[in-house]
Amino acid sequence: MSARAVIEFADVSRSYGSPPTLALRNVDLAIEAGELTAIVGPSGSGKSTMLHLMGTLDRASSGTVRIEGIDVGALGDRQLSALRAHRLGFVFQQFHLADGVDALDNVATGLLYTGVPRSERRKRAADALRSVGLGHRLGHEPRQLSGGERQRVAIARAVVGRPAVLLADEPTGALDTASGAAVIEVLERLNAAGTTVVVITHDRELASRMPRRIGIRDGRIEADRRASAAPATRRRAGAAT
Amino acid sequence: MKAPGRSTLRAPDLVGLGFHGLRAHPVRALLSALGIAIGIAAMIAVLGISTSSQALVREKLDALGTGLLTVTAGDDLFGNATKLDPDAVARVERIDGVQHTSWSAALTDVHVYRNRAVDPGATGALEVLVAGPSLLEATGSTVLAGAWLDAARSQLPVVVLGETTAQRLGITDIGALVRIGEHTFTVGGILERSPLAPELDTAAIVGPEVAEKLLDFDGHPTTIYEQSTEASVPTVRELLPATVDPKAPNEVKVSRPSDALAAANTVDQAFTGLLVGVGSIALLVGGIGVANTMVISVLERRREIGLRRSLGATRGHIRAQFLVEAMLLAAYGGLAGTLLGWLITAIVARGNGWLVEVPPLVLVAGVVVTVVVGAIAGVLPAMRAARTSPTVALAT
Repeated sequence: MSARAVIEFADVSRSYGSPPTLALRNVDLAIEAGELTAIVGPSGSGKSTMLHLMGTLDRASSGTVRIEGIDVGALGDRQLSALRAHRLGFVFQQFHLADGVDALDNVATGLLYTGVPRSERRKRAADALRSVGLGHRLGHEPRQLSGGERQRVAIARAVVGRPAVLLADEPTGALDTASGAAVIEVLERLNAAGTTVVVITHDRELASRMPRRIGIRDGRIEADRRASAAPATRRRAGAAT
Repeated sequence: MKAPGRSTLRAPDLVGLGFHGLRAHPVRALLSALGIAIGIAAMIAVLGISTSSQALVREKLDALGTGLLTVTAGDDLFGNATKLDPDAVARVERIDGVQHTSWSAALTDVHVYRNRAVDPGATGALEVLVAGPSLLEATGSTVLAGAWLDAARSQLPVVVLGETTAQRLGITDIGALVRIGEHTFTVGGILERSPLAPELDTAAIVGPEVAEKLLDFDGHPTTIYEQSTEASVPTVRELLPATVDPKAPNEVKVSRPSDALAAANTVDQAFTGLLVGVGSIALLVGGIGVANTMVISVLERRREIGLRRSLGATRGHIRAQFLVEAMLLAAYGGLAGTLLGWLITAIVARGNGWLVEVPPLVLVAGVVVTVVVGAIAGVLPAMRAARTSPTVALAT
């Protein structure tokens, strides 16, 4: 276990209902700072459960989940919320943008629970939107934007608070190929700038673009591969665990 | 590893979230605020109208004072009507503390008509009164038009009408002729309503000399009016029966008209209480409407709740957001309702010629009460929102 691990799963299981159905079975996993990881699996494989556990939206039934070395099982609601507000960013397949609110304010919402004053939130939101290539769309409402642009707004919202980890749940699931590719490019750029990114997908082709791919099936890790040839922008190739 | 910062939601942002939630469904917000508004408007209008109607009476009472006592003839042991001694007025005048005295006598066999063609049975419930001098001073009445009966006019067939009498007879001009008994009288004046002597309002008042001459007046008063300082009312009141009728002091009745007025106000208050009760039921129904709206809102906005949780909102923040939204919703209704209630009061008061008087405390309380209602209505939905699991909310 490396001290640089941002996310660590140790013997983590998650079961639902009664009789219990295991969504995750004894998973051990470490994701290091600066990695760009894809978690791939068919639907029902447990990948969403895994993302929820990484994002502290859900708690493990057994085992330990550590985010930046902190055992989240020991934290209360307020501390977990603080962790999400400051250290984690989420991107969802359905974008979850507020209608009737322009892109700038949608992104500024990402800082709402950090105690930053409104003017400062809007300033940083504008920076974040520019960083995803939407500097010209600040005043547009979600319905005036294309799907790809909406997802980039959602990404800007996720990273406006400079989180340690960006968790993306099927970020291209609702997009056509071209928009999807643009979104992935944005994620790669953010990763190159130092953000740890975890992408959940059932799309093997998309996953194959990622430097690290974790295959998951029936709640178990099936494969964990790191690309031998890293993209030109990346310097950190090779195994570390 | 350093611990992350805290999850904080600034107060202005919290209020902003509340407004944002209402803006998302303006029609729904309007309708549920309307329920609250009707409730609070009903309560404020009821309170406002009752205080406005009393304001004028109270103001007059303050101006007139409460030092007026009236003595009326009662019944003797055998149940026969007694008469007051004509000299009693002079005796009352000599009691310490008495400032004005006067008397009136109701003529039970004589009635006033507009003209001789009117059916004698159509008396209009009007009374013919014989008035002693200085009746105006003693009862605190004022002349609306024309003039009161002076020494000369008391000898002549001149009549002064109460305001209601004039209305019922259809008389607007001084100098008009009316029929009293078998004789024609000229209207010399019209009196303004006096809260302390309401009997004058439905009376046609004539002077004693002409009454003796034309209307068979026997010189016995039926009511003696006595005005004294408020401080001396209790002592004067004790002395009055024996002074008026030394032989049978138990046969006269002494009353204080201002007490009757105060009692009437108390009755009004009981009625007001009832109406306020009805208004508060309307408010309760409005509150349930707000709760209902919020429950639906929470169900509909599960995705938003999930998103906010993922952005770092604590359960407390979610709870506070929905609570504030419910309170704002109710406060909208409260403001609109308070305004509406005040407007209704103003219209009714203006229509009745009252002063518009709504206690400012009632207006403030109106808004405060609705916010409290909103808070209570919002508790359950807010707790439900806070309990919503973020993973389930995001999966839907």
